[in-house]
Amino acid sequence: MSEKGMNSIPCRKMFSDTLLEMARMDKNIVVVTTDARGSVMLNEFAKELPRQFVELGIAEQNAVGVGAGLASSGKKTFVCGPACFYVTRSLEQLKLDVVYSGNPVKILGVSGGVSYGALGYSHHSLHDIAVLRTFPGIHIILPCDIFQTRKLVQELINHPHPAYIRVGRNAVPLVYENIDPEFRIGKANILMEGKDITIIGTGETVYHCLQAGITLKKYGIEARVVDMHTLKPMDTDIIKSSALETRRIITVEEHSVYGGLGGAVSEILSQSDPVPLRILGIPDEDVVNGTPLEIFKHYGIDSEGIFHTARKMLNKE
Amino acid sequence: MNYSKDNRIRELQIIAEQVRKRVVELIYYSKCGHIGGGLSSVEIEIALYFEIMNIDPKNPSMADRDRFILSKGHSVETLYAVLVASGFFNNEILNTYSHFNSILAGHPTKKVPGIELNSGALGHGLSVGVGMSLAAKMDQIKYRTYVLMGDGEQGEGSIYEAAMSASHYKLDNLVAIIDRNMLQISGKTEDIMPLEPLKERWESFGWEILEVDGNNLEEVVSSFRSLNHFNSKPKLIIAHTTKGCGISFMEKIAKWHHGIPNMEQFDEAIAEINDRIKNLKDLKNE
Repeated sequence: MSEKGMNSIPCRKMFSDTLLEMARMDKNIVVVTTDARGSVMLNEFAKELPRQFVELGIAEQNAVGVGAGLASSGKKTFVCGPACFYVTRSLEQLKLDVVYSGNPVKILGVSGGVSYGALGYSHHSLHDIAVLRTFPGIHIILPCDIFQTRKLVQELINHPHPAYIRVGRNAVPLVYENIDPEFRIGKANILMEGKDITIIGTGETVYHCLQAGITLKKYGIEARVVDMHTLKPMDTDIIKSSALETRRIITVEEHSVYGGLGGAVSEILSQSDPVPLRILGIPDEDVVNGTPLEIFKHYGIDSEGIFHTARKMLNKE
Repeated sequence: MNYSKDNRIRELQIIAEQVRKRVVELIYYSKCGHIGGGLSSVEIEIALYFEIMNIDPKNPSMADRDRFILSKGHSVETLYAVLVASGFFNNEILNTYSHFNSILAGHPTKKVPGIELNSGALGHGLSVGVGMSLAAKMDQIKYRTYVLMGDGEQGEGSIYEAAMSASHYKLDNLVAIIDRNMLQISGKTEDIMPLEPLKERWESFGWEILEVDGNNLEEVVSSFRSLNHFNSKPKLIIAHTTKGCGISFMEKIAKWHHGIPNMEQFDEAIAEINDRIKNLKDLKNE
């Protein structure tokens, strides 16, 4: 990790702090949570704006339904808690009360993917993207660092669509050194230009993709690195142009290899201009125990794993 | 049928019977729908839409309107017919019920003027109602939220999450109604998964409970009017109803949960309703 990339603030903290900042000026911003004010780092929000804070206890189904009722009455509603519970326990409420009923609730799933590491599969959310991609009209966004998270929250306040946002638990290195990075929901960012191969990441894997790109360059391989923060609606243009211009693609996600970023990219490529594609993610198996970084390394979704996959694709290993 | 001496109530009873007739017609002609629970809930919805709720059919999204959520979404034919009778949309649209590309599906959707929530899966409406009631409290707007649930629906655990939160947040602007017709799709509620003591269970969640004959329009109207909306308690009306109410051969028989009448049964049902409408009109003209 470069000195420049150092950061000690988790994205969930940046999310909550930005929300608090904006909620001070807009009393229609309401936060709903389920005994997760600590996990979401909402203690300050709850203390300072109790009238805009709804605690519902450990009851995710009710939280999403209540959130839908608030949103349908004009409240800019953020339902916040661990990702693993919101996209399983309250899935039907998400499907009917939020998506089908067109209520623009924002679901913030914290500590997503394998963030909880050794707590085990009950606490992992490696299916959320695949499931929610099939719900018509919901937007799915995985920011990769704190500065992007901040921009995302600012854009979400008046975003007219329901959205699911997943962030991790631990502080992650900065991808964007600029405090005010370019960000638009649905528009992917190119972090590095290259012509030999394209590496697409989302959420926490973006940093690893970027590091892999930097190392590959030292070995004479020019990789294009793409931050696909929005998984739905997906920036199909960037995928098609990358296929055309680099002829090889690797996708990297903290998610099942089924139905997530890789699945979405292959749906697009196979129906337009198919090129060789490698989907890096969590395979269809009992997930290994360990810290998030150990799990990333085990499944090859860290910078080293991505580096080797790219070299193999280019017949350099 | 209990004919009221009150002229206004008699007028509403006529509308209720006309709604009943439309429900039977819709289900007979489309060969789909849930007739039993639709017929048991007619008086509850007539009371709300014609006497209790602050609504404007010409302005269905009026900010301070009272909200109605049909949590037992399968009884939608009654709601459609009540919305038409109240002027939210017209009979021509109602005739497209269940047709290809119609806005009128077999469960409620917000495509239909006057409908607040897409429902159909049970155990959702009360949570959404809690959200609406909370928003009213936050904004200090005086609208009320009414949520109609089925009794079979009471098996859904999410209802009790919502019940806890409603009393915790002192939502005296929230009124839940249980259409207590004692039957669900497979038989008697008390055989399948007993709900009694229903009143005591809900009381233990901190709700104020009223029990009423849910097919007696006069009683239903006066029970809604009697509610105290300033005592910090959410309200539950347990409306004791008859499944299939108003069609003698359907009453209290579980198979009419979603049975479709044949031609003879349809004629018989319509004749029963027409008789009552005639009697009510005669009484009104006396």
